[in-house]
This record gives sequence, structure tokens and C-alpha cells, in this order.
Amino acid sequence: MTLRWDVTVAILAMGIVTYLCRAGGYAVLRAVRTPPLVDALLRNLPAPLFAAYVALALSRQDLAAVLASIVCALVQVRWRSFGASIMAGVAAMAALRWLGM
Amino acid sequence: MRVIFTQAGILRGARRGVPMLLGIAPFGLVVGVIALGKGLSLAETLVMSAVVFAGASQLLALELWTNPPDVLAVAIAAFVVNIRLVPLGAALAFWLDHLRGWRLWGSLFFAVDHSFALSVAEHRAGGRDAGFLLGLGVFTWVGWVASTAAGHLLGAAVALPADHPLFFAATATFVSILVALWRGPRQDVPAWLVAAAVAVGAQALRLPPPVPLLAGALAGATTATLAETRRRRQGEEGGA
Repeated sequence: MTLRWDVTVAILAMGIVTYLCRAGGYAVLRAVRTPPLVDALLRNLPAPLFAAYVALALSRQDLAAVLASIVCALVQVRWRSFGASIMAGVAAMAALRWLGM
Repeated sequence: MRVIFTQAGILRGARRGVPMLLGIAPFGLVVGVIALGKGLSLAETLVMSAVVFAGASQLLALELWTNPPDVLAVAIAAFVVNIRLVPLGAALAFWLDHLRGWRLWGSLFFAVDHSFALSVAEHRAGGRDAGFLLGLGVFTWVGWVASTAAGHLLGAAVALPADHPLFFAATATFVSILVALWRGPRQDVPAWLVAAAVAVGAQALRLPPPVPLLAGALAGATTATLAETRRRRQGEEGGA
């Protein structure tokens, strides 16, 4: 269980920078009164962020990943369960791989 | 709507995190295995996961890892990947504005993409207990630290091929979250398509990560905001 000082310093630097990203944005935007346009942009950011995530992830994978994503999405629409949806996606992927995709 | 912060809310958030572990654990295993490969000890891997708690930035920093580590390079890697978290905290203002002290700054420490998106979904569904965010965040943190440790310990034993179905869990998690954020075709389809197209386009232009992700997210948010403004204007004219 070694903990080298130089590695620890590097990790702490990463941690500080990351916490500044997490908390700093909120702290600054709370202190400065934001115009309605910025408010609307922030309110509308979450879904497009995940849409971009999914698009990028699928663009680097194959057709099986796209099909498994559709299964995953349909299960979430029907049962509103994250666990069932994620497991269905992985199971679909496993089945497609087994079928040779 | 009065915002509260209760133990019940914290537990509710933690329970919501249980299925999310399916998406987090494979990613954590991968980060643990790579940390081992880069020569980090188990203690160092644990400290990194506990202190940084942001998988994509840990992965990128590990790719740049040298011995001894280049502190500036890994800090920049963390900043570039985690800059996406800056607007997330601000977008949670509907709960955070009502919190003070450790509840506020602690909730922010444990906030990640999952807990952020699920909190937005919870808020839209009428949730007013801000403990949800902290409970979900802390539960995810425990799962993250444990799974990276497991990856480090299992080491070569989890040398799964890159196309193993288990790794699809990370993508499936994001798909599942995206579906939960769905409001309606008119509000979401144009914004989501623009986000996807801009992100993939930026990637095709070989712009370095996380530029494609940020460009896509911003373009989608702009599209949604413009549509919202136009609808409100039309509504005002219709009412006049």
C-alpha cells in the first residue's frame, strides 16, 4: 500500500481542479446575476449533453450497439426502470454478439 | 415549491443509484485495470478515485501518466474533461439555491453526470427534496471507489476483450438517462438531433476531446432555447 508523494501531489491537483469545475461554476453563477438567455441555455443543456454523449459513443461502435441501444431505450420507455433498461441493453448486446454481429 | 433536505430524500437518491452501478462498475473496473498498468499502487488508485471522482478525466490523465507524473499535464487533462461540470452545478440551482454549508458544498463534491441528470428528472417529476442529489452522489462515489479498487485487484483477471458486451453497460446507462429526460417531440427532437450532428461532425473534423461533446451540447441547448423563445413569443401574440 505505497503512496508516493509525487503521485499524491498529481492526484490532489486533479482533485482540486475537478472540484473547482463542480463547485466554481455554481459559486460564480450564483454571485453574478445571469441574463435570462443564459438561464434558458443552462436549463436546456442536460438533455443535449447526453444526446451528444450517446451519439459520440455510438459513432465509435458498430450496428449491434445501435440495435442494443434501441432495445435499452424501449425498455426504459415501457417500464421506466434504469436497472431493467441497462440490463436489457447489455443482454441485447450479448445476444447480437452471440449471433455473430 | 418549498425545497427540503431530509434523510428520506438522501435514501431515495441512494436507491436510485443502485441500477446506475451497472453502468459505473464496468467503467470503474477498466479505470482500475489501467491504473494498475500505469504503475499506480492500490492506495494511489483508491485516493485518485476518492478525490477526483470523475471517470473520463481519470482515464485521460492515466493515458498521459508518466513516472514521475507531470502534475501540470494531468491537472490540465482533468480541467479539460471536467469543464463540462461547470454548467451542471448552475443548472441544479432549483435545489442548490436553498442549501447552505456542507449540504451545498458536499452535494457539489459528489455531483456527477448521472446524479445531475437524474436530479433534473426528479425535479421535473415534482421532487423537492434536495437530499436526493447528495444521496445519489455518495452512493455513486462508494460504487466508483469500490469498482476501481476491484479493477486494480483483479488486474489481469479482467482482461476482457474490448468488444465484450459488459462494456456496453456504459453506453446503455447514457441511453437510459437520455430517455428519462424526454419531454416531447417538438421540444426535444430538433435539439437532440443538432447536438448529435454537431458532436459527431466535430469528431469527424478530428477536434480533440472534449470539444465534440461540448460543441454538441451547446449547439443542442441553443437550439432548444431558440425554439422555447419562439414558442413563448407566438404564445404572447396568440393571446393578444
